[in-house]
Amino acid sequence: MGQTIIEKILSRKSGRKVQAGDIVVAKVDFVMGQDGTSPLAINAFREMGGRALFNPSRVALVIDHSAPSPTESVSNLHKLMRDFARETGCRLYDVGDGVCHQLMLESGVVGPGFLVIGADSHTCTYGALNAFATGVGSTDLAAAMISGQMWFKVPPTLKFVCHGELPPGVYSKDLILHLIGRVTADGATYMAVEFTGEAIRALSMEGRFTIANMAVEMGAKAGLMEADEKTMGWLARYTRREFAPAAPDPDAVYERVVEIDAAALEPQVARPHRVDNVVPLSEVGGLPVDEAVLGTCTNGRLEDLATAAAILRGRRVAPSVRFIVAPASRRVYLEALRDGTLETLVQAGAAVVTPGCGPCVGTHNGVPADGERVISTANRNFKGRMGNRNAEIYLASPASVAAAAVTGEITDPREFLK
Amino acid sequence: MRLKGKAHKFGDDINTDYIISGKYKFKTLDMSELARHVMEDLDPDFYKKIRPGDFIVAGRNFGCGSSREQAPLAIKHAGISAVIAGSFARIFYRNAINTGLPVIECDTSAIEPGDELEVDLEAGVLGNHTRNTEIRITPLPPVMLKILNDGGLVAHFRKYGGFHLD
Ligand code: SF4
Repeated sequence: MGQTIIEKILSRKSGRKVQAGDIVVAKVDFVMGQDGTSPLAINAFREMGGRALFNPSRVALVIDHSAPSPTESVSNLHKLMRDFARETGCRLYDVGDGVCHQLMLESGVVGPGFLVIGADSHTCTYGALNAFATGVGSTDLAAAMISGQMWFKVPPTLKFVCHGELPPGVYSKDLILHLIGRVTADGATYMAVEFTGEAIRALSMEGRFTIANMAVEMGAKAGLMEADEKTMGWLARYTRREFAPAAPDPDAVYERVVEIDAAALEPQVARPHRVDNVVPLSEVGGLPVDEAVLGTCTNGRLEDLATAAAILRGRRVAPSVRFIVAPASRRVYLEALRDGTLETLVQAGAAVVTPGCGPCVGTHNGVPADGERVISTANRNFKGRMGNRNAEIYLASPASVAAAAVTGEITDPREFLK
Repeated sequence: MRLKGKAHKFGDDINTDYIISGKYKFKTLDMSELARHVMEDLDPDFYKKIRPGDFIVAGRNFGCGSSREQAPLAIKHAGISAVIAGSFARIFYRNAINTGLPVIECDTSAIEPGDELEVDLEAGVLGNHTRNTEIRITPLPPVMLKILNDGGLVAHFRKYGGFHLD
């Protein structure tokens, strides 16, 4: 019987041929934790009797969620991470380096056929590189840091076939929001998803990361794509390692196949307070916004900043709007500095904050006021997500966020692309 | 394992931000402090209403969202003995077992707020004493039952020095 991508990777990593439903203990290639999850993992590591990491060069800790630290208690947790990294020899990314997922992508430690666990739910982002990458909690993280292993139930796979090509002004963010709206927030619970079809192949790697990033918003364990020339070309910029991609067999068995025509899509938004509350942007056009956020592990890459800059060039952010930009990493920040993208954004009125999670998770850097409405390129719009339960969050593409920043209301970005 | 307590009822898709808001979880490792804020964005007084042993009862997709283990830990430290839901998001489900919080999957539509419940994990039944009914619960996968019976993954590792799941 043929295998899906995840069945192939888990077979290789567990040393026997597996299929959906099997329980395996598999070897992990890389392990990552961030500042919201690592402190607990460090405690668990010690309680488990851990002394050394299974392999210090395959473990990284990232300080990104509250970076730089807004309070003394957070500072102490950051210190705990720094001390642990020094003691065990693992890699530590500190304040200003960027969002954990972007750093994993850029550091060349993840590639096709790899198995990666991260103590952060959006670890599924690396599925766009054909890796089985999934989010776990702190205790699982500690167990993997000690043993280099993790147990999994091999999930069945839901396959999305995206036909056609996205029209101008419609982006990978619109596509993934639409798919989440279609299958709902638990449509892929306990499953892996594979994204395939012309529309996916036509996307840049940046665009593909946005899609894989949000697989968890439909409950999925992983959001996988096949590796192609674009994948290999992208990887070649960051590492010289060789990889063994895992392609699905033609007779692989899928739990469900969903087909969509990407060419017919228009810009989408997720309305408060659910990621699957998705409608075409035109249905909410004209709603005033108080804050616009561009960044996060979903849409904080150079391509995203450049898309927004193209709309903001020669224009001003509306006086009623705070426009906050958080580049996904130091590298993205530098690239955007060098090519003038950041100059355009800042000139237009953007407030640029430290590369990292920034306002995404409500720790600091742009907590909205009561009754305010935010439009954001992030991946979650839960009540209170940005630190105030009395605010509303709309999720949209970088172009839609830039368009709203200019007009002060939710606006179809295609009006700026004419 | 037998558990007894009152039902506190919530809806579908209760995410980990609602269980414990991001603005608290980054601040401290003191779980009794976090426990005071459990479910705060949905019910600011929730913590005060809990009596030790009570259950959180919810609909589909409980625990969706982030991977924060502070979510099951805050629930456990607030005195809740188990979460009973129609279905669970996978990371929450793993984290709950790893930290020793029982998670029970079954049809929760007929459970009302305040119902007195009793759960027998081994027998796989949930008794509703208020309504005099019994609901069958979906058994835990053997791997998870093993970790839960060992007292969570930390205790499992202490006992075996690594994964020992066969
Ligand atoms: S940017 Fe937001 S979603 Fe991404 S890792 Fe940071 S907090 Fe999580």
